[in-house]
Formats: sequence, C-alpha cells, structure tokens
Amino acid sequence: MSVLVDRSTRVVVQGITGKEGTFHALRCEEYGTRLVGGVTPGKGGTTHEGFPVWNTVQAAVQATGADCALIFVPPVAAADAIMEAAAAGVALVVCITEGIPVADMVRTKAFLGRTRSRLIGPNCPGIITPGQAKIGIMPGHIHAAGPVGVVSRSGTLTYEVVHQLTQRGLGQSTCVGIGGDPVNGTSFVDVLRLFQEDPATEAIMMIGEIGGSAEEDAAEFVRAHVTKPVVGFICGQTAPPGRRMGHAGAIISGGKGTAAEKMRAMEAAGITTVRSPAEMGATVARVVGKKA
Amino acid sequence: MKVHEYQAKAILGEFGIPVPRGEVAETAPAARAAAEKIGGRVVVKAQVHAGGRGKAGGVKLADDPAGAEAAARQILGMMLRTPQTPPEGIKVLRVLVEEASEIAAELYLSITLDRGRGAHVVMASQAGGMDIEEIAATHPERILREWADPALGLQPFQARALAFGLELGGAAFKAGVALILNLFRAYLATDGSLAEINPLVLTRDGRVLALDAKLNVDDNALGRHPEIVALRDVNEEDPLDVEASRHGLNYIKLDGNVGCMVNGAGLAMATMDIIKLAGGAPANFLDVGGGASPEQIENAFRILSSDPSVRAVLINVFGGILRCDRLAAGVIAAVRKLGLHMPVVVRMEGTNVELGKKMLAESGLNFASADDMGSGAAKVVELARAGAGGRA
Repeated sequence: MSVLVDRSTRVVVQGITGKEGTFHALRCEEYGTRLVGGVTPGKGGTTHEGFPVWNTVQAAVQATGADCALIFVPPVAAADAIMEAAAAGVALVVCITEGIPVADMVRTKAFLGRTRSRLIGPNCPGIITPGQAKIGIMPGHIHAAGPVGVVSRSGTLTYEVVHQLTQRGLGQSTCVGIGGDPVNGTSFVDVLRLFQEDPATEAIMMIGEIGGSAEEDAAEFVRAHVTKPVVGFICGQTAPPGRRMGHAGAIISGGKGTAAEKMRAMEAAGITTVRSPAEMGATVARVVGKKA
Repeated sequence: MKVHEYQAKAILGEFGIPVPRGEVAETAPAARAAAEKIGGRVVVKAQVHAGGRGKAGGVKLADDPAGAEAAARQILGMMLRTPQTPPEGIKVLRVLVEEASEIAAELYLSITLDRGRGAHVVMASQAGGMDIEEIAATHPERILREWADPALGLQPFQARALAFGLELGGAAFKAGVALILNLFRAYLATDGSLAEINPLVLTRDGRVLALDAKLNVDDNALGRHPEIVALRDVNEEDPLDVEASRHGLNYIKLDGNVGCMVNGAGLAMATMDIIKLAGGAPANFLDVGGGASPEQIENAFRILSSDPSVRAVLINVFGGILRCDRLAAGVIAAVRKLGLHMPVVVRMEGTNVELGKKMLAESGLNFASADDMGSGAAKVVELARAGAGGRA
C-alpha cells in the first residue's frame, strides 16, 4: 500500500521535449513508472525518445487515460500548465518547476479549488512510492519499500533522510515533497491525513523549514488526529531573520516562523523532534522499535 | 527585490496614488535647487533600503532652500545605521527633497501575501507612523484586515470597510477608498510581495497622502518586469550577494568561520544547523543548486574564500544522480585554480562515491572526506578552530 501513487498510476509529462523533461521522463520510466507520454504545445503528433507527444493535456488524457501529470515547464508558463492539467481532469498534478511568481500560484490555487485535482508542489522533488512509481526528480536507488511515510518541504534534505532510513533497513511507504514555495498545492496536513489512513504506513517522518506556519498547523493536526508515531525536524535553526534562505518560503519575518517556535509546537503535539539532521534516521528507528 | 522610496512613490503615482511633490538629489546644491523649485518648507530624506531612517538622523525638515542644502550636506555620505541596516550602516548616496505636509493624522496601509490563506491581504490601522509589528503583537485589534479574492481581487466594499475603519470622512473617505483600490492595482501590476504606506497621512486640508512608500517585488516575477529590474541599486546589497546572484548561487553571509557549500536550500540550512550543534558557527548559507556543476563549484569557492573570516570549508553534496568523481574533479580543479590553502571537508553521496574520495585523497591538497553529515560537521569545526589558533 501507499498514498497517492502506485504502479497503476499513468503519468503524462508536460514539457517532455525540454532538457529537464526529457532527462527525468527517462529516469522515471527506468524506475518502472508507467509513463504514457508527454505534452509540448506545437509538437503534438511527434514522438520524443519513444514517448508519444500531444499538443494538449486534454488530448493526452483522451488517448492514454493518464491520471497524473508531471510538470517541467519554465516558471512563467508553469501555473498555466498546472491549470491545463486540472482542467483536463488529471487527478494528481506534480509540479517540479522552481521560481513560479507567487501571484500566479495564488490564482492557480483558487482555480484548483474548483476542480477535483490535487497539486503537489511547485518547487518540489515530486512523489515516490518505492518499488512502484517515481514521479519526480529524486534519485530512485536510495529508496526502499517499507513502513515509513516521509513528507518534506525540501528536496535534497529529503534525500538525506531517505538515505539514512534505507541504510538502517527502514523502507518508505511513500515520500512526498510538498515544495519550498509560500503558496503550494498539498500541505503537510493533507499528507499526514493520507499517511494516518494508509495501513502500510507505520510511522511518519516530517521535515519542515523556517517561515510560515504550515508546521504549526501540521502539529495541531497531529495532536488531534494522528495516532501513528511522528518524528519531526525543522531546518534553519541558525537562520537569521529577514533573509530568504534559498526557498521563497523560507524566511523568518516579524519574529514569526522560527525553527524554535515550530519545534515547540511539534513537541507540544507529541511529535518526537530531532535537533541534529544526522539523527533523523536513527530517531525514526528508535520510535518504530519502541512501538514494536 | 527592494526599490527606493522615491522609486516606489513614482510607481504609486502612476497608479493615481497621491504622493508629495518631490525630487531626488545626489548633491547638496541639487537639493537646494529642488527645494527652490518645490517652494516653502521641505523634508530631506535619505534614500536607503531600510526603515527607521528618521530616528537615525536620515530625515530632516528645512524651512528654505539654504536649510535644505545644509540638511542634504549632513545626510549625503553619512553611514546611516538603523535596526534594519547592517551593523556598519549603509552609505547615503541620494536624498529625496519633498514638500512638507501639514499632518492631521498618521495612518498605516499595506498589502502582502497571507501564506496560510493563499491570498493577498490588505492591512490598515489608525496607528500609523509606528512599528507595525509591535502594534500587531500588542494590539492586534488595531489592525484591520481584508483578504482579496484570489481570482477577482479586492472589491470596492472591502476598501470602503477599511476606509470606514480608519474613520475617514467626507472627501478624505472617497479619496481613501480610491487610494486603497489603486494600491491593490499597483501591488498586482508590479508583482509586489509588499506594498506599504507608513505613514499614510490625512492632511489638515483633508487630503490623503502617501508620506512614505515601500515596495518589494517578488524576485520570481522580475523576468516580466524589466522596468523594475532597471531600478535595482546594487549599492544597497552585499557585494558578495550580488556576485553570487550573478552566478545563480544563493549566498547569504553569516557571522561564523565555517564556510559551507551545499546543494539544495533545505540541506544547506540543515548543514548550518549541524555545524552549530557541533560547536562551530557557519560563515554563510550557500546553495549551489541541484546539479553542482564544476563551474558552480568554482564560483562558489571564489565567493566563499573572499570572506576573510572563513577558516575551513564543509562541502555537503547529496547528488543521487550526480557522479561523485565529477564533483571531486570540480572541487580539485577549483582549489588548484584559486590557490586555496584552507582545509576542506567533503561529504558527498551519489554514484562513484569511492572513486571520488580516492581522487580527493590523492590530490595532495588539504582535503578530508567524511562519510556522513555528523562526522563532516565535527571534523570541519575542529579544523576551523585549529585554523583560528584555538579561537572559534
């Protein structure tokens, strides 16, 4: 079992003829993902690296029954690509693109609210159910199937925790990168709810960042609704206020959104927090062991 | 991206927002000429990207052109230090000379993103001219808020609600409603991340006027705003930050002596954190991006090593798809080319990691390899301490 994606998920890649789109479409297919084709406006009817290409997501969905879109479209056009996928009825839209103007995402999120599509990202590594489907840019080989659900705002830091888990023999049910932007599609709370309901997920690793209040909302949700053990880490404990730490969403402003504040909220909700990023895997192992 | 007050006022003016008449001057005689043109009492205001200028001596009233010249002479060239500037201050290169206004009330108005709601929020308060964050903390009820519909924008009834809340009456009410709607238009049209008027003043003759103006623009949207990019003032930015952004690197200088170079923002923050936990202090945040190409590594090294406080460097790259032998080759080439002598601890994950480690070990340069983040941090902190002569 897993959440959101598995071996039956049919993926269409928007922006498949671009450099990033081509490279990662091939890596996803190698991993075993059912990649049914791509969309590049103006290149419909052609074939790219063996993948059929359509002009519109609508046409791709009609031809292939795709239920997931993976987006590698440049920032200025990415919000439009998300809306196109949602309008075509694609259930899960995964947007990797970094650098989408925030005003575009505000409009896009409102648009998505009128559809039944779920967006993961933007500015995220994507989603992977180890051994079944990799829909994103994460290195597949560091993952292993198992009982830990991983949800994170960051990319390479997620790889770090997955690596630590796999090295300890702890596989993952599904890993979801929700992205580092201030306005995104799927929240921590959304993913925590899915993990709580997923019988294959026995423990949850959650990685947050400074900025905003998504981690506080997640902590409140865990307190009220999650019975599975949750381990939490917040990066940016040493970040100075007022400076954006790479991700558009990672900024402490007006004394709000500090790592200390978030850690406190998590601890108060019964989440086991980790101070050192080197201890994330070990802490999950301890928590899972304690439970067994 | 931030713009100067005078630039923000010019933009707001284009959107029909009333601003005081004024001119920018780079010399004291030019300030005098500006004051002559404006006539009457003027205010001379330092143009730097920081608030709190008044208390720091960067804003002066002058009764006549001679007074304006004297005020400009005092302000131009000074290192203005406010709570929002670096400790050494920012050098003032320009002043804005503006007509002085007869103020009846100081109000507050701003627009920014409410992340939690995924919507733009307009905030207004009668407690203008003060530190709004303090008001928000101590008297949250004194800040009025209206959230714009994400698809439809701010509606006139919302602007009226705010104007009534500010207790504007008569002509000022009408002008206030128009000003709020126009500020929202300006914010959207410029892809603002913050538009703030503090204070928004009610004048004795019943007009509303943007006495100060701050406009920050979403960096992700600059591609579609060449007119705003043209307003960038690199004098206001840390030269190392400017150099880094030219190379597509994310660099922020901090106070410690352990340089770090990491791929990915989250992992970069986590690396800073673990250096602190190991008893050291990070000298910077530096995200080289997902790929960590040889050119990026070399540019990153050049920027890192130009900070004289750096005693040792930790490279933490989680590549996955990235080949560690190529990364090692890039690191070795950069260190050779730049003639660096300080110790460099390398922690990398990806394919060919053993080959990469062997290349570093056999390079004859001052490298140490680490198998994980924890040992890498411990090692680099120890080396930085030794490099600083026991001080760290």
